[in-house]
Amino acid sequence: MNVLSNEVNERTINAPESKEVRAYKQARRRRNIQVNVLRVLIFVVIIGGWQLLTSVPSGHPIIDPFFWGQPTGVWNQIVTWVTQGTAQGSLWEQIAVTLEEALLGFLIGAVLGVIFGVVLGRNRYLSDILGPYVKAFNSIPRVALAPLFAVGLGLDIQSKVALAAVLVFFIVFFNAFQGVREVDRNLLANARILGASPTRVTTSVILPSALTWIFASMHTSFSFALVGAVVGEYVGAIHGIGLLIQTAGQNFNNNGVIAAMVILAAIALISEALITALERRLLRWRPGTVVEATI
Amino acid sequence: MSKALPMIDPSTVSQNVSSQVASAIELRNVTKRFPTPSGQIYTAIRNLSLSVAPGEFCAVVGPTGCGKSTTLSLISGLEKPSAGMVEVMGEPVQDIDKRIGYVFQTDAVFPWKSVLNNVATGPLYRGQPKAQVLERAHNWIERVGLSGFENHYPHQLSGGMRKRVALAQTFINEPQILLMDEPFSALDVQTRTLMEDELLQMWSSLNASVVFVTHDLEEAISLADRVCVITAGPGTVKGIYTIDLPRPRHVAEIRFEPRFIELYQQIWEDLRNEVMISYERTKQRG
Repeated sequence: MNVLSNEVNERTINAPESKEVRAYKQARRRRNIQVNVLRVLIFVVIIGGWQLLTSVPSGHPIIDPFFWGQPTGVWNQIVTWVTQGTAQGSLWEQIAVTLEEALLGFLIGAVLGVIFGVVLGRNRYLSDILGPYVKAFNSIPRVALAPLFAVGLGLDIQSKVALAAVLVFFIVFFNAFQGVREVDRNLLANARILGASPTRVTTSVILPSALTWIFASMHTSFSFALVGAVVGEYVGAIHGIGLLIQTAGQNFNNNGVIAAMVILAAIALISEALITALERRLLRWRPGTVVEATI
Repeated sequence: MSKALPMIDPSTVSQNVSSQVASAIELRNVTKRFPTPSGQIYTAIRNLSLSVAPGEFCAVVGPTGCGKSTTLSLISGLEKPSAGMVEVMGEPVQDIDKRIGYVFQTDAVFPWKSVLNNVATGPLYRGQPKAQVLERAHNWIERVGLSGFENHYPHQLSGGMRKRVALAQTFINEPQILLMDEPFSALDVQTRTLMEDELLQMWSSLNASVVFVTHDLEEAISLADRVCVITAGPGTVKGIYTIDLPRPRHVAEIRFEPRFIELYQQIWEDLRNEVMISYERTKQRG
């Protein structure tokens, strides 16, 4: 018992805050500041350089802003969209439509991907039968489905949701499938010995351990859902950021094209942060090093 | 060290027929073959016969790859024999038997569950009421010396502590048959001795039949009532030795007793040849 309580103590007593600890914390803080300063610096150099090269010498700039846009022009375009709205309605409406399509497509694709991944991952017989079809489907460049969906499902959001869902499905499916296949044999045997029914094995062992893989795929798959929504809108739509890009492109308004891309990037970054937060919440049983291995 | 045994579910006690059958585990001429990925057949064990009495602690030793783990998976019902009979409590093994507990060699605790939920897993799978299960889980966590760690996740614990979780997870089901597959082989020597002592204590209060697989002869002699030596694969029983050392035993000290050394030398004679055969084979393969 003595040995036991020592083991406990080692973990509960905090080390006194010595000089060394303080020096270590200081070094870490300094490093954080450096990283942030450098990040800002890169932004300034790239955007500033772009602005400079597209404005000097005035009259005949080194880079033509008509073709390549200009940061101030992009900014002005965003301000105009925010204050006066776009040709097809208010900017917020366009963002909301695109987000709705991406989110619905993401949810449908992810849920179907997990279900199919788990079922085929669990059942080798079924996966052997369906394997060639899955591979054939996966080899189709899925953007090519956009015109098909536009004609079949109309110019409303259904066609974009379908395209986003198809893009998301395959990413999530393959990851869920792999995740199920990689489940530790010992954990399965242990669950069965402890009395789990086959259904309980799936819900309480296979799903949680495949979740790491599934989440890894969700990071990329949400941006794919956005791609699906935007490409769908590009092919034919009444609202949305994809349409905004298409109209701006046709009017040779390249600042408008870039402004729409900036908005998309912002949406993607915010959603990525939300997914990471959800992942940390659901996968908090994992050692910290793995969770923090993202940029 | 002497703590009360947690409440025992009366229904499992009434099912306890161990006193009525001659042997808790009976393997008769069991053979197990596996198909290999290259399309050949690998015989893990051949004509293995072994019987374990109710409440007996039987250690199984043998060189690596002699089918020790296969034997356990046959008793547990995880695998089916290719030939021969496997009986538990006088009945042939059909499926996974609820009266069996299995402690695995590698970590098999669920990494996404807290210590408390890990220990409670078995009874919850078996449909027992949650409040009562959690109370018993708390009892067992205390018994294995992990109080205060109920809400920790396995990755926050040391290897020894994780093994304690695995033991509590198995013992909470009050198994009448306990299968252990080199459970302590990954632990450092000090932790290991400690855990062996604790195992003996828990076993004595549970009165289960144990099959303890190990490649460590010292461990086998210090824990078991009988030691069974398995030949180099395909495994079959080479010899069975009764360990007449008195109980209760102290694992750390027992290995200095003259009788222990005598037994060790006797069994090692048997085991050494098999180890050499197995070693020669791996050298040839390499």
